Amino acid sequence: MSALLQTPEAPLAVPGRERTSLVRAAARNWALALSVAVVGVVLLWAVVPGLFTGHDPLAVDPRAKLLPPSGEHWFGTDQLGRDVYSRVVHGARASLIGSAVAVGVAVLVGSLLGALAGWFGGFVDSVVMRLIDVVLSIPGFLLAITLVVLLGFGIFQAAIAVGLTSSATFARLIRSEVLRARASTYVEAAITSGASTSDILRRHVVPNSLAPTLSLITVQFGTAIIWIASLSFLGLGAQPPDPEWGRLVAEGRSYIATRGWLTLWPCVTIVAVVLSTNHISHRITSRRHA
Amino acid sequence: MTITAPRPHPEEQPSSAEAPEPVLEVEGLSVGYRVRRTLSPVVHDVSFRVLPGQVLALVGESGSGKTTTGHAVLGLLPENGEVLDGSIRFRGQDLTELSARGWRDLRGRAIGLVPQDPTVSLDPVRRVGVQVEDVLRLHTDLDADARRARVHELFELVGFDDVERRARQYPHELSGGMRQRVLIASAIAVEPDLVIADEPTSGLDATVQKQVLDLMDDLRARSGTSTILITHDLGVAADRSDLVGVMRQGRLVEVGPTAQVLADPQHEYTRQLLASVPARLELVRDRPAGRVPREPEVVVQVTDLVKEYGEVPAVDGISLEVHRGETFSIVGESGSGKSTTARVLSGLTEATSGRVRLLGTDITSLTRKEFRPLRRDLQLVYQNPYASFDPRFDVYDVVEEPLRSFRSGRRSLRRRPEDVAAVRRALEAAALPASYADRHPRELSGGQRQRVALARALVLEPQVLVLDEPISALDVSVAAQILELLDSLQRDLGLTYVFISHDLSVVRAISDRVAVMQQGWIVEQGPVARVFEDPQDPYTERLLGAIAGQRLATPSTRAGAR
Repeated sequence: MSALLQTPEAPLAVPGRERTSLVRAAARNWALALSVAVVGVVLLWAVVPGLFTGHDPLAVDPRAKLLPPSGEHWFGTDQLGRDVYSRVVHGARASLIGSAVAVGVAVLVGSLLGALAGWFGGFVDSVVMRLIDVVLSIPGFLLAITLVVLLGFGIFQAAIAVGLTSSATFARLIRSEVLRARASTYVEAAITSGASTSDILRRHVVPNSLAPTLSLITVQFGTAIIWIASLSFLGLGAQPPDPEWGRLVAEGRSYIATRGWLTLWPCVTIVAVVLSTNHISHRITSRRHA
Repeated sequence: MTITAPRPHPEEQPSSAEAPEPVLEVEGLSVGYRVRRTLSPVVHDVSFRVLPGQVLALVGESGSGKTTTGHAVLGLLPENGEVLDGSIRFRGQDLTELSARGWRDLRGRAIGLVPQDPTVSLDPVRRVGVQVEDVLRLHTDLDADARRARVHELFELVGFDDVERRARQYPHELSGGMRQRVLIASAIAVEPDLVIADEPTSGLDATVQKQVLDLMDDLRARSGTSTILITHDLGVAADRSDLVGVMRQGRLVEVGPTAQVLADPQHEYTRQLLASVPARLELVRDRPAGRVPREPEVVVQVTDLVKEYGEVPAVDGISLEVHRGETFSIVGESGSGKSTTARVLSGLTEATSGRVRLLGTDITSLTRKEFRPLRRDLQLVYQNPYASFDPRFDVYDVVEEPLRSFRSGRRSLRRRPEDVAAVRRALEAAALPASYADRHPRELSGGQRQRVALARALVLEPQVLVLDEPISALDVSVAAQILELLDSLQRDLGLTYVFISHDLSVVRAISDRVAVMQQGWIVEQGPVARVFEDPQDPYTERLLGAIAGQRLATPSTRAGAR
C-alpha cells in the first residue's frame, strides 16, 4: 500500500490555456484584424491628427466650398470650404475622449453601486437596486438629454450624462458578479483560512469581476460613441466650430440631397468604429467562455 | 480476452440452452474521438460476451473508457466519436453497420439505457408517466388506455405505491431514487434484451442505492434481461454481477466471472484496485486503543446544537465531544445535517441555539471577526477542491493565502522567503513535490488538487481539521492514497480530524469514534468498532446493510499476501 503513496500520480497533460496576444489572434481572424486596425487608426487620429492631414479643420476657404471628394480634399469640403476629412480626423479626439469619459463615469459609479449592493445585500441592496430599476425604466437617451439640459451643453457634459445613464447597466453586472463570487466555495475557503473582508474583496472579488466588466466596457464604448454623436447632432454636445462626428453629420444635413458626402463620410466613420468595438467585445466575450 | 467459460446465471439459466447464444458480443472494439483533426483512440481492442440474463460489470476509474464502451454499444457516441475497428454483434446483427434509422428502432426496444444522472435525465416540464409512455408509443401498437395501464404496471414493478398519482407527478416532485426508478421503468418498458446501466446509482445515498440495485436484480431475475452495469464502485460490481471487466486507459485489462476475478485477480491493476477498497484498507489495524490518551482532552464540545433554516431544523439538538488526536466521523445520508454541523464548527454558519466550544472558546456567540484568530487552529477541507481555489490562483497562491491572511503589517507583492519555505513544507507534507507550487490547479488531477487543498489547510499548522467529504469526488485508488496521507499526517502532527462522510466503509477504515446522523439527530455514537459490530439503532443497521461490496469486506487469502 505504501508503494502506492510513493508513486506520484502522473501529471495530466493539460497545458495552460494558450495566452495568445491580441495581435496573433488577429492574424488568424481577418474580421478581428480589421476591427483592431479601424480602432487603432481612429485612436491615432485622436492622438496625433497632424500625421494624417495637413489641413486645418477650422480653416475657412470660401473659394473652395462644397467641393466633391478629390485628391486634394479626400472627403470633399463643407459650406465654408473646410476640409471634411480633416474635420473627421480632428473630430475623433472629441468623440473618443467623450466616450472614454462616459464609460469611465459609468464604470466608476456603476461598480461602486453594484459592489455595495452585492456585498452588503439586504437593505443596501434593495435601495440601490430599486434606484437602478428606476433609471433603467426611463428610456436611456431621453434621460441623457434631460441630464445634459440640467448640466449645460458641451461635449464634457454630454459625456457625464451618457456615463451616468449607462452606469445602471454596470451596476447590475458588477452586483451579479459580486454575488456569484460571494457564494463561491473559493471565497468561503478564503474566509475559513482567515482572510478579512478587505482581503477577500481585493484578492478575490474584484479581480474575478474584471473580465466580464472588460467585455461590457468595449460594448458600452461603442454605444457611448453613438450617443455622444447623437447628442452633438442635436446641438447638445460639441459646440461650433469644434469638429465632432455627430456635429459633422448635423452640418451636412442641409446639403444631403446635393452634397451627400458631407453626411456620408462622418456616418461611415461612426458605423465603422462602433462595429469594430462591438466585434472586439464579442471576441473578448467568446474567448472568455472558450 | 474473450471469455471462454461464461458462468451461467444461476436462477435464469434456460433449460434448453446447452450453449446459449450470446446477447451481445463485442470483438476487438476500438473507439476514438476526433479533436481538431487528430483522432485519438480512447478504447482499444475491447472484447467481451454477455449471455442471456447475465450481468457484466464494467469497472474502472474516470477516463478508463467504460462509459465510451457503453455508449458505443448504444450507438450514442458524440458527434466526434467513431468506432475505429472491431464489431458489436447484438443477437447476431452487427451494430456498427447500422443506419441512424436502424439505431432508433433498436434503442429502447431491444437495448435500454439507465442513464447516469437521474436529476437531469428527465424532462422537467412533463409528467413522469407521459415520459415513460413515450417509449411505448414509439415501439408498440398499444392504444392510449393500454399504454397507461402498462405504465401503471411498470410503476408498480419498480416499487411505487399509489402509481396513478406518481405517474401524474413532475420530476421535481420526486426524490433522486424515485427518479431513477422512473428511468428504470422506461428502460424496461418494452422488455429489451439488454439494459445498459451507466453508473445508475452514483449520485444516490447508500440505502437508496441498495433499493435501486435490488430492484434491478429483481427485474432481471423476472425477465431474463442481460445487463451491462457501468460503475466505478468495485463494491457494487462485486455484489451485483456475474461477470466483471476491469478497464484501464481504454483497455479491458481483465475480464471473467466475478467471483473468480475477485478471489484470484490476474492483472496487477485489478489487484491494486481491490487493495484500494476502503473495507480492505489496513489502517484500522494500525490503531491501537492506547494511541488516544487515557484522559482525553476535549478539543471540540457540542452541546444541544440546533440549526434551523427558516422553520426547518437541519440540526435538531445534537451533542458530541471530539478528543485531541482522534478522528471523529459524522456519517449520514444527504439531508442528515452532517454538513451543517461541519459549517457551524467552522464558523461559517451561526447556530440557532446550543453551545459549541472549540479549544476552550465558546464560538456560538462570536462574530466573524472575533472568530478569525481561531481559524489558525481550525481549517476546513472541501469535497471539491477545485471549486475552493480562486480560478486565477496558481498552487503557490492557493497555499500561501492563509499565511497572507494572518500576516500583520504591510503587504508586499513579492513572495517572502519564509512564506516560500512554509508553502514548500506544506506541499511536501501533503506528498506533493515543491515544484508544483508554480503550476495551476487546472493542470492537476483530482487527487493532486485535494493534496493542494490539504497543503493549504496545513500551512498554518492547525490543531483541528474539518474534512467535509474529502474523498467522495475521487477515484477509489486515489481516495485510498489520500486516506493513507491523512492517517500519516495525523500520526506525525497530532492532528484532530472531524470527518464528514456518507460512506460507511471509509468511515470504518479511518475513524476512532463515529456519530451516525439522521434527519438532524445523532441516532447513535460511540467507538467505531462497537457501532459497526453491534449497532443499537435500526437506522444504523439499515445503513450498514446497504454498504456495497460486502463480498469484498473479507479479504481473500491472496489479498492478504500483498
